Amino acid sequence: MPGTKKLFLKGNEAIALAAINAGCRYYFGYPITPQNDIPEYMARHLPEVGGEFLQAESEIASINMLLGAAATGARVMTSSSGPGISLMQEGFSYFAGNELPALVVNMSRQGPGLGGISATQGDYNQAVKGGGHGDYHLIVLAPHTGQELYDLTIKGFELADKYRCLTMILGDAVLGQIKEPIDPWKPADSGCDPTRDWLITGAAGREPRLIKSLYLADGEMEDHNWHLQEKYARMAAEDVLVETRDTEDARLLLVAFGTMARVAKTAIAAAREKGLKVGLVRPISLFPFPVEAIRAASAVAGKILVGEMNTGQMVDDVRLAAVPGVPVEFYGRPGGAVSTPEEILQRIETAYSAVS
Amino acid sequence: MKQVVHRPASLTDKVFHFCPGCHHGIVHRLVAEALDHFGVRERTIGVASVGCSVFLYDYFAVDVIEAPHGRAPAVATGTKRVLDDRIVFTYQGDGDLAAIGTAEIIHAANRGENITVIFVNNSIYGMTGGQMAPTTLLGQRSTTSPYGRDRLRDGYPIKMAEMLAALEGPSLVARVAVDRPANVRKARRVIRRAFEMQVEGKGFSFVEVLSACPTNWGLSPREANKRVADEMIPYFPLGVMKEKDVVDVL
Ligand SMILES: Cc1ncc(C[n+]2csc(CCOP(=O)(O)OP(=O)(O)O)c2C)c(N)n1
Ligand code: SF4
Repeated sequence: MPGTKKLFLKGNEAIALAAINAGCRYYFGYPITPQNDIPEYMARHLPEVGGEFLQAESEIASINMLLGAAATGARVMTSSSGPGISLMQEGFSYFAGNELPALVVNMSRQGPGLGGISATQGDYNQAVKGGGHGDYHLIVLAPHTGQELYDLTIKGFELADKYRCLTMILGDAVLGQIKEPIDPWKPADSGCDPTRDWLITGAAGREPRLIKSLYLADGEMEDHNWHLQEKYARMAAEDVLVETRDTEDARLLLVAFGTMARVAKTAIAAAREKGLKVGLVRPISLFPFPVEAIRAASAVAGKILVGEMNTGQMVDDVRLAAVPGVPVEFYGRPGGAVSTPEEILQRIETAYSAVS
Repeated sequence: MKQVVHRPASLTDKVFHFCPGCHHGIVHRLVAEALDHFGVRERTIGVASVGCSVFLYDYFAVDVIEAPHGRAPAVATGTKRVLDDRIVFTYQGDGDLAAIGTAEIIHAANRGENITVIFVNNSIYGMTGGQMAPTTLLGQRSTTSPYGRDRLRDGYPIKMAEMLAALEGPSLVARVAVDRPANVRKARRVIRRAFEMQVEGKGFSFVEVLSACPTNWGLSPREANKRVADEMIPYFPLGVMKEKDVVDVL
């Protein structure tokens, strides 16, 4: 319901408020920079709405508390960063196998190792290609503004419920810390339909239910895996989120997500002012990946420049999506650096001179 | 003829898959009897762990969630925090609870989480084929301590009940055995008391059950029972280590 009074919030707070407004009443987590505003907001505000905040002893415990809570059908979330998200990978795999809905926020930090706490996109592959064991995916959403952090948190819960899966919001320190005006709209639906036929609530007046991921009988495991793959195909058919800009006449297409897309937008505006026909495809859902949008725009543009705050991860997916033969260049700096609009403009100009 | 013993309503009629002489079946029955006693089957949620008892859900007529190895107390915490009027229990082996899941059990106990934990200590990893557990006795041979557990290399068998009893959180911490009828009767009482604690909202209850794994000990069921009495009980003394009767008043 847009139109409510705007609030001036940090990105992390926008996520926390959105979660509460989406009906999330349980939060489990362990502190780590740069996302501590999320647990702190939840610790303060969940009790006000009858919810519960619990600080776990580790991220391994957080993700498993989330699992036990998600099995009851409640809207639940956790959040973390780098090392904490790595510790949760086994749990993510169980969420996929068990088919449980929940939201996890990854305000990523630089790695490898303890790394650094400022912005990076070094966790793209971990988020999108897995990281836990088995043939599974999370839905991964990559916002690039405060309002989008808010909106996608709500969307993330809805998608998790729709598919019985884990949704990850993939952000970074810039997005988590930057303060922007937020329209704190409330969704009509809080998702907690108590009649769902899989909820673990105690077998009162019905057959006992089971949430499990162990399949040992002949053929069972393969059947379960095909069932999961059908869900992933349905996500790709029904729930790709993407922004395209100035692609109709573009000679050069920029592909970037999250904070990098934000910087790229400034660079593209400067390029357009100079008369360079540059367009943007901004994947919002990193899984499912906007293959069609990239394919269509690449057919028009004839050349692609991928920008990332890493040394080249999403670029592989762009290469697979682009019309064969369209050259795909990469520009990025690894964890520890954020590119400036000027640097990107320079790269745009170099790439552009080759197409003209 | 009068039937004097019935299958508890909280157990299904599925035949246990456990090896002959294994104590898991006895422990399952005692837990089911406690659920029947309090009439809570229809509001009970079991959390299965990874080990020989993973198929808990085939045998208990209650809702079950299967937890990752070691994480059952965290999973149970999440469930109980949402559904605080349900009875939530975990059932864990010694590899699960005392090795990979050490952090989760200590913190669930320390929070006084209002759940019941049944800890089956058979001094070995059953499901994976007889490797050394944190509870394996000194000198005990296993597939990964083929020359016997050595205190210098492997440390000492861990006494979970004593460790947890040292915490403020738990309401009941006890160790029982099921190697002979008298001990089974005591175990029945203690397990019932553990669930009573939860039913009355008194917080975390923990029962360690010394158990036989004849298969991986390489003993007959009779010899395995004797080993529980002669070797395990002297090192892991039976008894109630802690019992708190009041709800914490903070
Ligand atoms: C993360 C992880 N590590 C290892 C395993 C393999 N594993 C399965 S059961 C088990 C040990 C089981 O022993 P215990 O907990 O003592 O139970 P028992 O089988 O003796 O009843 C291990 C190591 C696993 N499933 N997950
Ligand atoms: S291997 Fe040991 S613990 Fe497992 S069922 Fe057989 S006797 Fe029981």
